[in-house]
Amino acid sequence: MSENVLRIENLTMRFGGVTAVDALSLDVNRGEIVALIGPNGAGKTTAFNCITGVYEQTDGKIRFLGKDIKRGTTPDKITKLGIARTFQNIRLFKSMTVFENVLVAKHMRTKQNVFSATLRFNRNEEKRVRRETEELLDKQGLLHLKDEVASNLPYGLQRHLEIARALATDPQIILLDEPAAGMNPQETQELAGFIQQIRDEYKLTVFIIEHHMDLIMQISDRIYVLDFGALIASGSPAEVQSNQRVIDAYLGVVEDA
Amino acid sequence: MTKRQKIISVILLALVYAAVFVMEQVIPAQAMLFTVLKKGAIYALVAVSMNLLNGFTGLFSLGQAGFMLIGAYVYGIFTIPTEMRTSVYQYFDGGVIQFTVPVLLAIVLAGVAAAIAAALIGFPALRLKSDYLAIATLGFAEILRAIFQWDKLGPVTNGSNLLRKFPTFNDFNITNADGDVVIYLSTLVPFLIVGVCIFLIVLLINSSYGRVFRAIRDDERAAEAMGVNLFAHKEISFVVSSFFAGIGGALLAMYQMTIQASAFKSAMTYEILLIVVIGGIGSVTGSCIGSFLFIAASEWWLRGLDSGTFLGITAPTIFRSGFRKVVFAVIIMVIVLFYRKGLMGDKEFSVARIAGRFRRLFRRRAPAEKGATK
Repeated sequence: MSENVLRIENLTMRFGGVTAVDALSLDVNRGEIVALIGPNGAGKTTAFNCITGVYEQTDGKIRFLGKDIKRGTTPDKITKLGIARTFQNIRLFKSMTVFENVLVAKHMRTKQNVFSATLRFNRNEEKRVRRETEELLDKQGLLHLKDEVASNLPYGLQRHLEIARALATDPQIILLDEPAAGMNPQETQELAGFIQQIRDEYKLTVFIIEHHMDLIMQISDRIYVLDFGALIASGSPAEVQSNQRVIDAYLGVVEDA
Repeated sequence: MTKRQKIISVILLALVYAAVFVMEQVIPAQAMLFTVLKKGAIYALVAVSMNLLNGFTGLFSLGQAGFMLIGAYVYGIFTIPTEMRTSVYQYFDGGVIQFTVPVLLAIVLAGVAAAIAAALIGFPALRLKSDYLAIATLGFAEILRAIFQWDKLGPVTNGSNLLRKFPTFNDFNITNADGDVVIYLSTLVPFLIVGVCIFLIVLLINSSYGRVFRAIRDDERAAEAMGVNLFAHKEISFVVSSFFAGIGGALLAMYQMTIQASAFKSAMTYEILLIVVIGGIGSVTGSCIGSFLFIAASEWWLRGLDSGTFLGITAPTIFRSGFRKVVFAVIIMVIVLFYRKGLMGDKEFSVARIAGRFRRLFRRRAPAEKGATK
């Protein structure tokens, strides 16, 4: 079995009396595309927010590459470890250009302090970062949009840029929160290819929340299904699709079949 | 910026400085023009420093007057000549500090002291967001004002009495043995100091850190997800902004020739905020232009409204004390109505943009002329 990248044990998140995530345990191994699905409000995004440090989990352990991530570790430190993410509602730096959006992601790994950066003591560092960013944008086919302001991009490209920006943080694993939301079938199909492509190209592990079942069934190696915060099923796409509990809770029956 | 634009900008700046130098030699030193230039430059620096925080990092802070107060006092305390201290600190036996440091060093120290204060205040205050941060910083500035007037600190701050007799801008003038001024530098030197400071802020804004500041302003959570340590970067922005506000305070002390804590009221912060808003939030050149316009209007152009004659019209019943503020308020309302994003928006003044505008103007005209010849 391949190396474990992300292991979640008994993750529980309560908001007052509401248990958003209830004793969730799951594994994501290197090179896999693992999906987390479930009806709205099942606690999928909450689980992502716990992993990325936006929320401090009520209980449970999160292990990354065999090491415990301490409770209360801030999102920036988690990103530094190698966990990147995108957001359900796109969160780009709206007034900044495509190029600058990606450059920001490179900032944390530059060897500069505020004095050396201001007084331009280490121009090579800035040059290196710019070169790497250009390479990344070129690979992603976004280089021609480099000086475009992010908020002026069409929706699909904004999604694409958000993923490119996440890639710029040099992640081991990338958490995609509904990347196909609002996309038409053709765009969704392109996205499927794109996700597989970045997995292979950057030797990434992908953990994805999505409602487009075609996409999920097509690209996922394994699927976890959440309902009311608790895991109700897991397994290969075929296993999950035929699981009665999943059909009842989420997938439903195709009536006119 | 291309190389050519850079060269043009440098030439333009050099011309401005040359013009200041020449005017200073030719025009009598008492002219209102120099009041506007000196005070305008100082306010420009503080406005740019506030813009770094409010406009570029998106932190709504209203502590500027407090940091200027610290800067002014540190400058005064360390530069009053020792032989003058008995008369300045007359109620406190000449004060406890009995040494002076060179003027430029004192200006830097003023900035450092304000920066240290900002670093300490930042720890609790920067955990607050938007309006709450504004209230906390405003409150801090008010507390500082009270502390500096505290009698127990008199041996250092002279309590609620004036600090005076420290070197002012006029001491930059070069005089001959008889005390006559040979070369006037009292406007040029503050211009140079302010220029260097604003240049440093611009370098910061255009660096990797400046990008991160703007990212924080656009979306904190996304910035955090990109590995940006929010607190550390907010703190850096806050400390740097306060450093330059401190220097601005020192310069203001030199300009006013006396320091009194009660002058650094929140109204001063509002004036600077007004300049930032009028100039354009997120525009450095906007803050500079806004500053000179604001100071010129309030100190010079509209003076007549208070003293009976304005634009050659004499009407002492209308143009009397306080009317200037009425007109000023109307002007500001008009600006805010028609330039919602300030004079410059978040753009910078650039030669290329103006050249481009002219080019477009001519292009539009060219086909019309062709039509006329047909």
